[in-house]
Amino acid sequence: MANLVEIRDLRVAFDGVPVLHGIDLDVRPGEALGLVGESGCGKSVTWLAALGLLPSKAKVSGTVTLGETDLSGAPQAKLEKVRGGRIAMIFQDPSSALNPVLKVGRQLCEALRLHRGLTGNDARREALRLMDMVGIPDARGRFSLYPHEFSGGQCQRLMIAMALAGEPDLLIADEPTTALDATIQAQILDLLARLRAEMNMAIVFISHDLGAVAQVCERVCVMYAGRIVEQGAVGLLFERPRHPYTRGLFDAIPRLHGPRTPLVPIPGTVPDPRNLPKGCAFQPRCAHARGFCQSERPDLLAQKDGRKLACAFPLPEGSEEVEREVRREGMLQ
Amino acid sequence: MSPLLEANDLVRVYAGRKGLFGKAVPVRAVDGVSLRVNRGETLGIVGESGSGKSTLGRLLLGVDPAQGGTVQFDGQQLPEAGTQAWRALRARMQMVYQDPLAALDRRLTIATQIREPLDIHRVGTPEQREARVAELMRAVGLRPDQAGRYPHELSGGQRQRVVIARALATDPDLLVCDEPVSALDVSIQAQVVNLLRELQGDGRLSMVFISHDLKVVRNLCDRVAVMYLGRIVEEGPSEELFANPQHPYTQALISSVPEPGRALDSRVILQGEPPNPARRPSGCAFHPRCARATDICRGQVPDLIPVAPGQTAACHHVTGARATRAA
Ligand SMILES: Nc1ncnc2c1ncn2[C@@H]1O[C@H](COP(=O)(O)OP(=O)(O)OP(=O)(O)O)[C@@H](O)[C@H]1O
Ligand SMILES: Nc1ncnc2c1ncn2[C@@H]1O[C@H](COP(=O)(O)OP(=O)(O)OP(=O)(O)O)[C@@H](O)[C@H]1O
Ligand SMILES: [Mg+2]
Ligand SMILES: [Mg+2]
Repeated sequence: MANLVEIRDLRVAFDGVPVLHGIDLDVRPGEALGLVGESGCGKSVTWLAALGLLPSKAKVSGTVTLGETDLSGAPQAKLEKVRGGRIAMIFQDPSSALNPVLKVGRQLCEALRLHRGLTGNDARREALRLMDMVGIPDARGRFSLYPHEFSGGQCQRLMIAMALAGEPDLLIADEPTTALDATIQAQILDLLARLRAEMNMAIVFISHDLGAVAQVCERVCVMYAGRIVEQGAVGLLFERPRHPYTRGLFDAIPRLHGPRTPLVPIPGTVPDPRNLPKGCAFQPRCAHARGFCQSERPDLLAQKDGRKLACAFPLPEGSEEVEREVRREGMLQ
Repeated sequence: MSPLLEANDLVRVYAGRKGLFGKAVPVRAVDGVSLRVNRGETLGIVGESGSGKSTLGRLLLGVDPAQGGTVQFDGQQLPEAGTQAWRALRARMQMVYQDPLAALDRRLTIATQIREPLDIHRVGTPEQREARVAELMRAVGLRPDQAGRYPHELSGGQRQRVVIARALATDPDLLVCDEPVSALDVSIQAQVVNLLRELQGDGRLSMVFISHDLKVVRNLCDRVAVMYLGRIVEEGPSEELFANPQHPYTQALISSVPEPGRALDSRVILQGEPPNPARRPSGCAFHPRCARATDICRGQVPDLIPVAPGQTAACHHVTGARATRAA
């Protein structure tokens, strides 16, 4: 099937400092794609750039296509139609999405008018349906309340309802659960999975919670310092990571079961975009790096097993069944 | 030996924000909490946002005055906040907060800030203080050449290590950590968790570790207390509590930690909303979200009762000290 979204060689620089160095990314219709990586690696910027939402000081190049439509360099008016329409985004910063001085029902109706031309009672009926769908109890009674009269989890759900107003083909959820309690987080993840199935909508799930990503997504992209370093099916990547960085991310997570051993951190920190190391950007923190890695940057190349990988000396491929079980039990919990 | 820290029946009520109709509703942020921390032990505190974890942490140090209950530190009643005796005692009990940048002064070098408590409590000679700062920096894994750096020149994990080094400067007996790793990436979080593990190593330091990250809590804590709406609803040895949670809220909480390989639908997904502390439900505060709730839960507040060796839970539907372990 044709891709829903294709991003090619997407580059972003702020004040002359490049922070995205050429991202190629496809989203297929209906799939759930996870984007992981440490803070500052470019997860949010990738999608903000794709949707034309970066401030004007950002220098963006590359192409982004949505079906037949070329979004790169499209006029704002056209982009606005796409945003909230075929592509909706739930932002990392929740305060930015709901207007605090407007009643939530009105905000939903406004989104429905904008994206689906619904007005009056039709809009109201549909808004109530959306509120029900995302699990706001007593939607009718709470239609005329302001955002601050809802709990954090409910605001998150209202944002999801807003995002669904345009019946998007793609929902980009940027850290949709980080600010929420564990029990509410579970509700929201459950909701996203259910909505995706019901609406046959693709989801891009940006998170640094690898556990949550594993539960929601089929495919994962691991980003480091503005590049994709490994990409593939969730099971493949999580059970047999080949990039030392992917592996490092897993090893750093404490376990919920089994012995309580010291954790395995990734040494060092993410590089400053103004001062990237030569060669592979991960090399200074990598236990497997050799001289070659300091001079040559590996390209993201397709592998036999279907993944893509950017590493000159990846972890061995065919680790035995046993080791896989151990990893499953241990690191992923 | 008496526990290092013992709290009995702590209560903290905030006046609360004005509601919709301009009436201030009191919030019982901490509502009758008792706990003890033994020497060399780490007690974890987990629970829903707003359940009173941070407030409890402040009460334990006397930074925030309790309206009811007592705190005993090293067998002595905690002196009133602000008094000379209390200030002197603060050298032995320190706090680490979530946001290292907010805790640090951006105009001062990190060495100056690590030395600050030594200056305040007039510990040693200037030379001894210098040496102590170097020793602390080494202990938390900061390089000597970083002494002259400013907070914004360090990474998040390094900043948090500065905060921890400063908290350790006076060689305290107790460290209260409030979400110390929550703002950090997993990779860096592991560095700080390991540092805290090392500090536990020699058995002299006791810790109260407040966090919503159950995986980190399990890794670090000997015992864990679970809070819900101002009360402890379950407490026990970390290993036991995670393997065998008894309170329905604890069960939901542990089950909500995402685990790859476990389907979403096998998790206990709580229905209903997190509670509003200004409108505490009658009886067991958890009952509106609890699948097992019956009439007694709506009417009567359950007491903490022993459910296993060293483990207590406050639930009408948990039977006392269970004999066999459910498979
Ligand atoms: N408006 C901006 N102006 C300047 N630099 C920016 C801006 N937005 C992002 N950056 C920089 O771009 C890089 C990528 O940022 P991005 O927000 O995409 O990270 P992220 O992967 O989403 O991280 P996080 O997990 O913290 O959300 C970072 O170095 C960041 O400092
Ligand atoms: N200074 C204050 N004035 C008024 N109310 C307060 C104050 N501090 C806390 N509260 C209220 O007391 C309750 C408990 O808050 P507390 O910060 O202790 O919770 P917490 O468990 O630490 O939550 P979180 O996980 O979100 O940090 C909340 O309802 C909060 O709004
Ligand atoms: Mg982001
Ligand atoms: Mg708190």
